[in-house]
Amino acid sequence: MNKRGIVLYLHAHQPYRVRKYSVFDTGINHDYFDDPAYDTERNNEQVFKKVADKSYRPMNAMLEKLLATHSEFKLSLSISGIFIDQAQQWAPDVLDSFKRLVDTGRVEIVAETYYHSLAFFYSITEFEHQVEAHRSKIREIFGVETKVFRNTELAYNDSLAKWADIYGFKGILAEGWDPILEWRSPNFVYKPTGTENISLLMKNYRLSDDVAFRFGDKNWPQWPLSADTYNDWVNMSITDKSIVNLFMDYETFGEHQWEDTGIFNFYEAFVGKWLENPVNTFYTVSGAIDEFEPVGEISMPYTITWADTERDLTAWLGNNMQQEALRYIYAMENDIMRTNDPELISDWRKLQTSDHVYYMCTKWFTDGDVHAYFSPYESPYDAFLYFINVVRDLRWRLHNHHHAGGLNG
Amino acid sequence: MLGWELPPHNSGGLGVACYHMSKALAISGANVDFVVPYEAEHTGIDFMKIHSATSLSPLERYGLGAYDSGTVIEKSLNEADIDDLKDMRGVQKRYVKFVEKLAVSLKPDVIHAHDWLTMEAGMRAKELTSAPLIVHVHATEFDRSGNENGNPLVHEIEYQGLIMADRIIAVSGITKKIIIEKYGIPADKIEIVHNAIDVTDFDDGYQYDLRTYKYLEALKSEGYTIISTITRFTIQKGLDNLIKAAAKACSKYDKLAFLLVGDGEQRDDLIRLAADLGISDKIFFTGFIRGKQWRDAYSVADAFVMSSVSEPFGLTALEAAHHGNAIILTRQSGVGEVLNSVFRYDFWDVDLLADQIIGIATSDVLKNALQDDVRKEYAKLSWHDVAEKFMNIYMSMCRVGIA
Repeated sequence: MNKRGIVLYLHAHQPYRVRKYSVFDTGINHDYFDDPAYDTERNNEQVFKKVADKSYRPMNAMLEKLLATHSEFKLSLSISGIFIDQAQQWAPDVLDSFKRLVDTGRVEIVAETYYHSLAFFYSITEFEHQVEAHRSKIREIFGVETKVFRNTELAYNDSLAKWADIYGFKGILAEGWDPILEWRSPNFVYKPTGTENISLLMKNYRLSDDVAFRFGDKNWPQWPLSADTYNDWVNMSITDKSIVNLFMDYETFGEHQWEDTGIFNFYEAFVGKWLENPVNTFYTVSGAIDEFEPVGEISMPYTITWADTERDLTAWLGNNMQQEALRYIYAMENDIMRTNDPELISDWRKLQTSDHVYYMCTKWFTDGDVHAYFSPYESPYDAFLYFINVVRDLRWRLHNHHHAGGLNG
Repeated sequence: MLGWELPPHNSGGLGVACYHMSKALAISGANVDFVVPYEAEHTGIDFMKIHSATSLSPLERYGLGAYDSGTVIEKSLNEADIDDLKDMRGVQKRYVKFVEKLAVSLKPDVIHAHDWLTMEAGMRAKELTSAPLIVHVHATEFDRSGNENGNPLVHEIEYQGLIMADRIIAVSGITKKIIIEKYGIPADKIEIVHNAIDVTDFDDGYQYDLRTYKYLEALKSEGYTIISTITRFTIQKGLDNLIKAAAKACSKYDKLAFLLVGDGEQRDDLIRLAADLGISDKIFFTGFIRGKQWRDAYSVADAFVMSSVSEPFGLTALEAAHHGNAIILTRQSGVGEVLNSVFRYDFWDVDLLADQIIGIATSDVLKNALQDDVRKEYAKLSWHDVAEKFMNIYMSMCRVGIA
């Protein structure tokens, strides 16, 4: 009899935020990501170092401890390529601690796009390039092969599953959204419709979000959540089932939920409680797929993400500014690639990171719920303004390179 | 209700705010007696009783320049000649005397005084009737003068009024902060009640007339973007920075025209500044306009800039939003507290304003997003909600009825 297990998966990522790049910089300065003021939320170095102190260092220390204490403890991580780049530059010790985790053999790295982009929806060539770039970066840094794929923001549909199947991944991750699951439980391994060899793991969003979103919320009726109570909930959820997929942002620990909420102690205690029961264990994403056969097929013809109550792409592509911004970027693809200019190509790719369009989301603004707007910019319009000024500079650089074509505004 | 002007005899936002507030209060069941310092027809106002404190015509009152304290005011009320109606203080003395008599005969439940112009009358009425006094601050002398100075006597009157008031209403957080910091009034005595906009008021069959600004329309058809502002041309409004930003923006992107609607003591300086910067042909001065021409000025524009150094509220931004403009506000404008879908800049930040103007002019998607989103927002503001807040404040101050 297989043990029942938690599949803990954490996603670590930091974008290269665009500075207050003015139209008067366009055509003159090409340093889009270096905010000269250190003490702003747009200064990537400052943000990375801050989050390293609050989250990456203490959380990795805790994970190392848990791995040393409990031989059954396992987890999976996705770490975006541009996270690794920033860690190499500003916090190499953080990257070393991730390496030590992976070296235990009980921490799996999940594949994704290098630039945390939505390229799958715009250009398969570019998308595949970014997946490959990420795989080789992971190989270079950690010496391991990735086998399971997650797309940016867990944006998933049937054609992505087919792509991942053909590409050779053994598994893929998605949101366990009720309208898709209907009467079914997310606590099993599934097979995506129309695929041959790939398995699907679906996030148990209730138990995941209890920790990721609600843990420190004093207005939540369950606050304060104890390790015992949470352990009871997970045990109840998994009765007669195989796995519980707890997927969340890595930064849940220490950044979204600050240390003073007790999140670290809570999680450490919870892992101990869970493993007190000998029928309980942890699986990596590959481990769960190896251990359990799919119980059925799941189809998602439309794109589902792990965001907001809508679980769609509206936080990234819900308004015209966001759609236009990405349209401008991907329309340049061919011209950018044939420059063979590594800096220009790298800048262009950094601008594909989904966070840029997320900052342009207006749905909270017009709903009056401004407090839900997490952004280093004053408004979605400012985010768009600086981005469009950068787009123009890219066009200007292209124009200079090719000596052809217009600037198109 | 002690006021200084009501439409159509108003020179600015104070009269508009007083009109809508009184109307919404009357609908909520309040009996409003409104005192103005002049005598004139107010067609369409049947929801309250208007009392004229003098027999001056509204135009004569404008001549006093009272609204923005442009004239020098030095006399205390005791020194003022009540018969000298060419003198600001003379008119105010007459106003106070009138209110004294009226208060004794009406016995109001609450006295609601608007700005320094009526504060002395409010204080006297409170003394005579023991009714609670609400001082409603639409602007302080600090806002009007645009700097630290200003008229010491006006400061003194404001200070007295704020001290004597039982409750102070500020039209924005910015104004509340000034009252706390510059006048030393405790924060818990001050409540913020933002102004609103009555969209039905604009619903009078108005249709934009393309011919009013024919030249600007021709520029638009050639791809120009029209940036407007509608305001009094005083230091407080920060228009010199707007012109500097216009020049900066034009240096990068040429297809811009700026429509400056209004008049004031700064006008000649602004014309000179535009010439010095070599953009005279980009700036259009209309002078002071009303009615259809005024509304058409909103309609012809793509974006509206409120460049104020200090703006307690700024109703024109809501009017511009209603007419489909993208809105750019200084962070020093109170109306920004009720709008999210706008660009903001610090009044001195000419570079950022220029950047924002070019952004709007060169990106339809940005322009349309700003225009559409702010439209959804301003429509949620209502004078009815404002009146409800006032009714609660009145009720908390007196046991029975409202007057």
